[in-house]
Amino acid sequence: MTAPTIERSDVTKRLRAVSAVREFGILLALLLVILAATIANPNFLFSADGWRDLLLTPSILVLLAVGQAIVIITRNVDLSVGSVLGLSAYLTGRLFIDLQGIPTLAVFLIVIVFGAVLGLVNGALVAFAKVPSLVITLGTLYAYRGINVLWAGGDRVNASDLPRDFLALGTGQVLFIPILTIIALVVLIVAGWVMKNSRAGREFYAIGSDPDAAELYGLRVTRRLLVAFVLSGALAGLAGVLYAARYGTVSSQAGSGWELDAVGAAVIGGVAIFGGSGTVWGAAIGAGLLLTINRALPILGIPDFWQRAVVGALIIGAIVLDRVLALRQRRKLLEAREDES
Amino acid sequence: MTSNPAGAVPVLELRDIRKEFGSVVALRSGTLSVHGGSIHALVGENGAGKSTLVKIVAGLYQRDGGEFRLDGEDVDFTSTAESKAAGVAVIYQEPTLFPDLSVTENVFMGRQPVNRFGRIDRSAMRAELERLFQRLAVRIDPDRPAEGLSIADQQVIEIAKAVSLDAKLLIMDEPTAALSGVEVDRLFAIARSLRDEGRALVFISHRFDEVFALCDTVTVMRDGAYIATSPIHETSVDAIVRQMVGREVTDLFPKLDARIGPPLLEVEGLTSAGIFHDIDLTVRSGEIVGLAGLVGAGRSEVARAIFGVDGYDSGSVRVTGTSLPKRKPAEAMERGVALVPEDRRRQGLVLESSVARNLTVAIRERLAKAGIITGRSENAAARLWASRLEVKTNALSSLAGTLSGGNQQKVVLGKWLATEPKVLIIDEPTRGIDVGTKAEVHRLLSELAGRGMGILMISSELPEVLGMADRVLVMREGRITAELDRADATSENVMFAATHATGAQS
Repeated sequence: MTAPTIERSDVTKRLRAVSAVREFGILLALLLVILAATIANPNFLFSADGWRDLLLTPSILVLLAVGQAIVIITRNVDLSVGSVLGLSAYLTGRLFIDLQGIPTLAVFLIVIVFGAVLGLVNGALVAFAKVPSLVITLGTLYAYRGINVLWAGGDRVNASDLPRDFLALGTGQVLFIPILTIIALVVLIVAGWVMKNSRAGREFYAIGSDPDAAELYGLRVTRRLLVAFVLSGALAGLAGVLYAARYGTVSSQAGSGWELDAVGAAVIGGVAIFGGSGTVWGAAIGAGLLLTINRALPILGIPDFWQRAVVGALIIGAIVLDRVLALRQRRKLLEAREDES
Repeated sequence: MTSNPAGAVPVLELRDIRKEFGSVVALRSGTLSVHGGSIHALVGENGAGKSTLVKIVAGLYQRDGGEFRLDGEDVDFTSTAESKAAGVAVIYQEPTLFPDLSVTENVFMGRQPVNRFGRIDRSAMRAELERLFQRLAVRIDPDRPAEGLSIADQQVIEIAKAVSLDAKLLIMDEPTAALSGVEVDRLFAIARSLRDEGRALVFISHRFDEVFALCDTVTVMRDGAYIATSPIHETSVDAIVRQMVGREVTDLFPKLDARIGPPLLEVEGLTSAGIFHDIDLTVRSGEIVGLAGLVGAGRSEVARAIFGVDGYDSGSVRVTGTSLPKRKPAEAMERGVALVPEDRRRQGLVLESSVARNLTVAIRERLAKAGIITGRSENAAARLWASRLEVKTNALSSLAGTLSGGNQQKVVLGKWLATEPKVLIIDEPTRGIDVGTKAEVHRLLSELAGRGMGILMISSELPEVLGMADRVLVMREGRITAELDRADATSENVMFAATHATGAQS
């Protein structure tokens, strides 16, 4: 009890190992899926298309999952991201059609700001009206989609309406890596850095860990929550532009159901649904696993029906695993305390 | 021992602070003046307004009136962030840490050292924490998550937060309630060293021995108002207790004499490790037994164990002579025991249901015919109790949540009385109720006892206990420390028993 510097205790060391293992485990699962699919059909990985699809398919979902992870870490959820994506993708198309010759960069900026504004609406309702985000964003999920249907009607944006160089973004590669993947990676790296190393990032974790304590602590909870939802909206906006670039056709139903994939990706990736723990990296790997499994299962000869069930099992398994790990951690910490005293 | 030069500007000055919640006045005139280099005790009964005062200083509540100065300058905090920035640190009764984050992050959250790219400098943060912990002579692994830390360690971390903030005013709201002797000593050593650095400390405690051991000045509050401030060496426990309770109350809550009959509820040696120990008590027919003590003394826990909501380790509970199994509330109800809980909004009422449904929820089985309850039978039963208790509501169909506190309490009471209990355990029967309704509730309890019911009344309000109870049991830290007859019970000896360990130490 007299040593001047404080050593990291055994328990703490072990816990650090466990949390690293959590994300590594998901990565390992992803690699195993790829391996299995490649053995069944080498083209899954070792063909130009296979390699491209492997990277390209999850890229847009990674953006949503990163935004979703940030929101979930604050002990909230954003169910409107699929609708925001759809509306943003349609806006992208309309901008190119209605404002002939508009620079692509301007479209990116306008749509990202548009997504951010939709996120701000969510955030403001959650932060000021003090209504649970689950309810608010369920409402805006339908509201935003409704606006989209009203605006687009039966209309759709077709690839022929979009400039060639914009569409090239969606499928183009730099050094064998799709441009979309590069964009997703850049976003992921920046978000990961911010969440780990900046005050704002750490405050997201603090708020999710105990919102009341954060209030008593004097953290600017309202402002941080607004920022989290704006980020999620902006990323969904960006995802909308990329969706238009990748698929070319945008109907009023673009992005339907993606919000569930985004939540699922975050949960599979170890982001605790009660907030306070997990990383955007985990969520991104979760997005990769979710979509790669979807593509791998048919190759492995698993019938369509089971594919959804596998995804469900994955989500439930991840939640159970996290719960078990959390309980074990809690017990270890309590035991350590008994030992000391 | 410390210097309080006359005329020096106090670090904290509150004058005639007023705070209302709706129609309830929580604070009438809170006055407190704390100097640097001093540890100032703030004492008063539960509900005297201490915590409200603290929350105003912390920026959690905004005052409705009065003056609030820090270092002589008028301040007006609208958030906890502002008061923190002004150098005020508050340690609440319940530590407020982020369980998922490391000890280090908990201390520095929101003001971590950063480099020019905004990157948190973890090694600087860690070094700073080690310096801090060394100074406080604390050894807690800085990298472990806060989850699972003992209350004592959590409190130390709260103090480390306050010190690292360089707070000039540190308020501790009952910091010792959950601490052991050694931990209290450690806390006091830290508090004294902070005082010697010239900081101002406010120490809220119910333990007078600690107040006298640690503090140099004491301010007493009562009923939301300032009573007196005195240097500690010029006052005594007796004087403080008198100031805390001093009011003529005995005739406010008259209990009519009732014929005391045979014992209805007998509890022997009830023990639940770490919560309460060796509880013996008897409630006879026609008798009101008051269970006094401070919040956290374990009274509600005893009530819950008797009723069977919680288990216990050893001991026995007998109702009308035959023993009651543990953890069987349904059986307790059947045998004629009723428990009116303290937190009626959460445990006593279904706020979203109608008054009628709430009144009849405990007798649903009896009302049901072939498993079906008709609105008519429900309303008939409910009307009876609503009128007997004079529940003021427009209709039996109005939602319970829309009633006033007093009427809600009557509904909860009515719900249990409808089961026609022999023993009524009632926890804080008049908390949050206005004076008029209070008297009505008291009259009702007295009447029930007159009809032969045995009542165990838990109350933190001394006048209520003294006015209503035939016998007063006083609990302190999980043990019964005194049993006083109505004639012998005074504010002073009840308060003394509630705050002092008697004889054998636990």
